[in-house]
Amino acid sequence: MKNDFRKMEDEMDRLATNMAVITDFSARISATLQDRHERITKLAGVHALLRKLQFLFELPSRLTKCVELGAYGQAVRYQGRAQAVLQQYQHLPSFRAIQDDCQVITARLAQQLRQRFREGGSGAPEQAECVELLLALGEPAEELCEEFLAHARGRLEEELRSLEAELGPSPPAPDVLEFTDHGGSGFVGGLCQVAAAYQELFAAQGPAGAERLAAFARELGSRYFALVERRLAQEQGGGDNSLLVRALDRFHRRLRAPGALLAAAGLAEAATEIVERVARERLGHHLQGLRAAFLGCLTDVRQALAAPRVAGKEGPGLAELLANVASSILSHIKASLAAVHLFTAKEVSFSNKPYFRGEFCSQGVREGLIVGFIRSMCQTAQSFCDSPGEKGGATPPALLLLLSRLCLDYETATISYILTLTDEQFLVQDQFPVTPVSTLCAEARETARRLLTHYVKVQGLVISQMLRKSVETRDWLSTLEPRNVRAVMKRVVEDTTAIDVQVGLLYEEGVRKAQSSDSSKRTFSVYSSSRQQGRYAPSYTPSAPMDTNLLSNIQKLFSERIDVFSPVEFNKVSVLTGIIKISLKTLLECVRLRTFGRFGLQQVQVDCHFLQLYLWRFVADEELVHLLLDEVVASAALRCPDPVPMEPSVVEVICERG
Amino acid sequence: MEDDAPVIYGLEFQIHIIDFDDENNIINKNVLLHQAGEIWHISASPADRGVLATCYNRTSDSKVLTCAAVWRMPKELESGSHESPDDSSSTAQTLELLCHLDNTAHSNMACVVWEPMGDGKKIISLADNHILLWDLQESSSQAVLASSASLGGKGQLKFTSGRWSPHHNCTQVATANDTTLRGWDTRTMSQIYCIENAHGQLVRDLDFNPNKQYYLASCGDDCKVKFWDTRNVTEPVKTLEEHSHWVWNVRYNHSHDQLVLTGSSDSRVILSNMVSISSEPFGHLVDDDDISDQEDHRSEEKSKEPLQDNVIATYEEHEDSVYAVDWSSADPWLFASLSYDGRLVINRVPRALKYHILL
Repeated sequence: MKNDFRKMEDEMDRLATNMAVITDFSARISATLQDRHERITKLAGVHALLRKLQFLFELPSRLTKCVELGAYGQAVRYQGRAQAVLQQYQHLPSFRAIQDDCQVITARLAQQLRQRFREGGSGAPEQAECVELLLALGEPAEELCEEFLAHARGRLEEELRSLEAELGPSPPAPDVLEFTDHGGSGFVGGLCQVAAAYQELFAAQGPAGAERLAAFARELGSRYFALVERRLAQEQGGGDNSLLVRALDRFHRRLRAPGALLAAAGLAEAATEIVERVARERLGHHLQGLRAAFLGCLTDVRQALAAPRVAGKEGPGLAELLANVASSILSHIKASLAAVHLFTAKEVSFSNKPYFRGEFCSQGVREGLIVGFIRSMCQTAQSFCDSPGEKGGATPPALLLLLSRLCLDYETATISYILTLTDEQFLVQDQFPVTPVSTLCAEARETARRLLTHYVKVQGLVISQMLRKSVETRDWLSTLEPRNVRAVMKRVVEDTTAIDVQVGLLYEEGVRKAQSSDSSKRTFSVYSSSRQQGRYAPSYTPSAPMDTNLLSNIQKLFSERIDVFSPVEFNKVSVLTGIIKISLKTLLECVRLRTFGRFGLQQVQVDCHFLQLYLWRFVADEELVHLLLDEVVASAALRCPDPVPMEPSVVEVICERG
Repeated sequence: MEDDAPVIYGLEFQIHIIDFDDENNIINKNVLLHQAGEIWHISASPADRGVLATCYNRTSDSKVLTCAAVWRMPKELESGSHESPDDSSSTAQTLELLCHLDNTAHSNMACVVWEPMGDGKKIISLADNHILLWDLQESSSQAVLASSASLGGKGQLKFTSGRWSPHHNCTQVATANDTTLRGWDTRTMSQIYCIENAHGQLVRDLDFNPNKQYYLASCGDDCKVKFWDTRNVTEPVKTLEEHSHWVWNVRYNHSHDQLVLTGSSDSRVILSNMVSISSEPFGHLVDDDDISDQEDHRSEEKSKEPLQDNVIATYEEHEDSVYAVDWSSADPWLFASLSYDGRLVINRVPRALKYHILL
């Protein structure tokens, strides 16, 4: 090891000496080459400077070439590079010249760029490039902004014009979905691009620039909205909303994008407003549709009622007509609900806006559409009661009956069903006041009651007119001995039976007071022992009427007074009782206004007995019929100067024969 | 009429004069015979308290003819004797016939109306489809037909009732035929206005508002009472539907026209307060401070809201149809109603309402 170390030491020494020699040599070389090195450096510097000068001298021609070739970007770069130097040395005449040349060319370049910019045949990225270059050339930024926006406006206006052209009457008008697509992609897409480009390019402009953009977007946006609204207004459409909803969805969705970019322009809110307006209009439209459907049903019923009966074929019964009307209205309501439900579907972009979640469901659909329709139905039905043609005008009584049953059914079942359905489909999420089910049911019941009362009046009037004419036109003083019942009485019984059948089709029987077994054979109670015998005494003294009146008054005190227009219940017996009461009271009043001969009185007797034989079975309490008919005969007897009543057996024979 | 408000009503062939003494609530009755026939309509002369006119049925050869005549009551009954201790029906006296309203040219007389506030010289009778204006001459012993008018048209038109308007210098008369109301000018006997389809069925009666010139009320078989302004005949000003059967009579109170009385064959008499269409829709109000000045009836309107119309009372004392109601001309708060069974009921306006109206 010692050897190795010694060898290394020797080696190291040798190395050191070598190094010293090398260093020595290197220093000698550097010294030798020193001035050459300097000269070369100087030459290199001069070379670079010369290249720059060359560049400068060539600059105008190069610029011209670039402009000719259209390599604007390159030209602008050259220009940028040379700018500072030229600026600094512009006091030197040669540089001055160059600078002037360059400026001319640059101006030309700028002009060309502007030209290109204005032509705008190229797409937006090229536009953006132009703008960028122009900015780099040092053009004033506001001007560029304005021009950029003006240019964009031109393009967008063209889009708008093409949209407007679609609105025109020239066929074929594309459907609303295509329209919104076109508008969305064309205009809104363009607007988005413009907005993005603008923000990129002119971001340095700060709030003033953003304001300008917002104003621009607002103005064009409002015009676009106007067009969209016009198009939507054209959309009268049937019951199907699906196309409309999809179109609105697309429209709304599209405007969410620029909405983010252009928050200040408020485009998204305006779009939502438009959608809300359209939704409201659709609701109104559906309400009109439901009303029209209801009136259509009524017209159909009237036609069916008025249609002449084909021999051998029964026309549709009232119950069937009622079922048809009810089911038709229900199906219309369901269809409308389904159509309107589309507005709140989950996929639709605007369905979670506060309006649609809250007010649309409660006020729009539930209150406006459903409750509004039911109320208008009740009003239409009630208008049949108030029609000026009170003499049984144009409204067939069967229609009144049918409507009253319809309203009654609505009150008992249908209204709550419909409202439950509505509430299920449209969950109400706000605090707007809604009409409770009970209010609507009360209204429907009231309508049903009024209709039924009016029906009773109308039918009562028909029969009363018959009876009135029969009493007023006959000469009672010179009439012959009655051989049979008058035809008018038979008609009265027939009509009453027909009414009974008609009402029985729709309403339940009702409760009647238990009859005694021999009701039909009940003889005329005038002759029963319960009455005072001296009532129809043939002798007519001045004092007799007073006495018999007194007696009959006492009698009346103990019998119940008949209320002619007591409220009608919803059953057949009550309806018939009302009609018969009206008719018999009319007969009574008319009889009191005439003077009867002997046989006239007997004819009245026969007629009343006949009526009593047949009318008792229709009323709730047969005592009523007896009382009224007794009154009629009693009044006739008082009006007779020579009252000789017929024997009851003879009366019965005549009635049975007739 | 007298202070004790005698009431006259005709019952077939008799006229009963009822003296009602409202201080003592005593009723006295006197009976007059009207042998000419069965009375259907009766009206008293506004000038001479002993004169009255009737329409009556005369049966001859099994034909009934309705005629009209003017009569005079016996002198002692006019003064309304309080002392009649004897049985009232024992001495039935007769009416003295003054003159017939001769109707050989026409047929049945429906009703007779005197000229109100006149001197008892003019009288109008309605016969079938004619209006006849008579002049009573020589102390009503002769009736001369002054002028007449008739109703043209198809069908058998018949007047049912009529009324002489107290306004316009007593030159207007209104009549009802079937469902139409017509107004006539008595000077020219031409039609002034016509209310078609006034009621759905027959019009039974009409009456003029004594304080408001152009207002009249009508009632009919459609159970309604309608108030009309004759300047606008397309629509009634108000409709009342309180009755449930034919309304036979409607009467305004002679001095306070908000009180309207109606009688109907549903045996009810209804007194209504039609304030909103009366001549004092805001009532007769006095400031609280001047409550002591009750003589000074100056209406100072406290509130601008008209009072509500309402039914004051329904009188159900009758058991049968009420065919006539009327107000007393002596005491404005008294009225009477008559029903088929011969019951005459005299009633008063409720005291609270009377003081409310007066004060």
